[in-house]
Amino acid sequence: MKDGRPHIMVEMLSNPVYLSGARQLVSSVAQRLGFDEVACSQIALAVDEALCNVIRHGYDRAVDRPIWLSLWPVEEGKGGLRIVIEDEAKQVDVDAIKSRKLEDVRPGGLGVHIIREVMDEVKYERREGAGMRLTLVKRVPMTAGPKATPKCERGCDG
Amino acid sequence: MAERTGLAIGREEREGAIILKPEGDVDMSCSPALRDAIRRAQDARPKRLVVDLSAVEYMDSSGLATLVEAMKVARGQKAALVLCNMSAKVRAIFEIARLHHYFTITGTVEDAMIG
Repeated sequence: MKDGRPHIMVEMLSNPVYLSGARQLVSSVAQRLGFDEVACSQIALAVDEALCNVIRHGYDRAVDRPIWLSLWPVEEGKGGLRIVIEDEAKQVDVDAIKSRKLEDVRPGGLGVHIIREVMDEVKYERREGAGMRLTLVKRVPMTAGPKATPKCERGCDG
Repeated sequence: MAERTGLAIGREEREGAIILKPEGDVDMSCSPALRDAIRRAQDARPKRLVVDLSAVEYMDSSGLATLVEAMKVARGQKAALVLCNMSAKVRAIFEIARLHHYFTITGTVEDAMIG
């Protein structure tokens, strides 16, 4: 998978009011990359949950801290979407980031489970210096229609 | 700058039941409003609380947590809590969290009044 510059990079504040904007951005891009409506909604849900975890646990609900959301198309197979969420929040032991047992029905603690359930790849890392990085990958199922590309439908010249 | 953080939440009382109808996305910024509305409704000790989700397009785990908490309160009160009119997208979130069996979910408000 190629890295390089993100095709989209957004810096947002850690204010829950902006979650809907992040969801709409991710869902809209996912749709253009060939995901069906349910998949778009679930990718947006995973991103929402990841951002909520940064706001709630990383920044202790402070509303004025930075979060960077970056998107790349995945080239292999039918294509897909790679999403990276970075912050300057407190660093945690990545091995301690786990889903809880769902049989224990209680409010809270579902975010990591939802993220892992929805996405094909989930990787938490400590950033150099400060903060955490979460990389999420979702691939378009091989049964989907023709591969979509992030090209402009009108040739990108007007 | 003022920020809109609340949900519009309709409330109706019918045959000893309270019906709440949130309108909008139930995410981290809006779930506290739903939590407050449910808490106020449950403080009135209705025999049945119905949450009509027909106008909810999106819900995240904070919304699920709000409803789990409400269900625990309802069970403590020996009252019914019924969710109805759930869209396919919202139902998918309940299924991902394995919560679709934990709640009573009906297709319509009328079914929720007897379900």
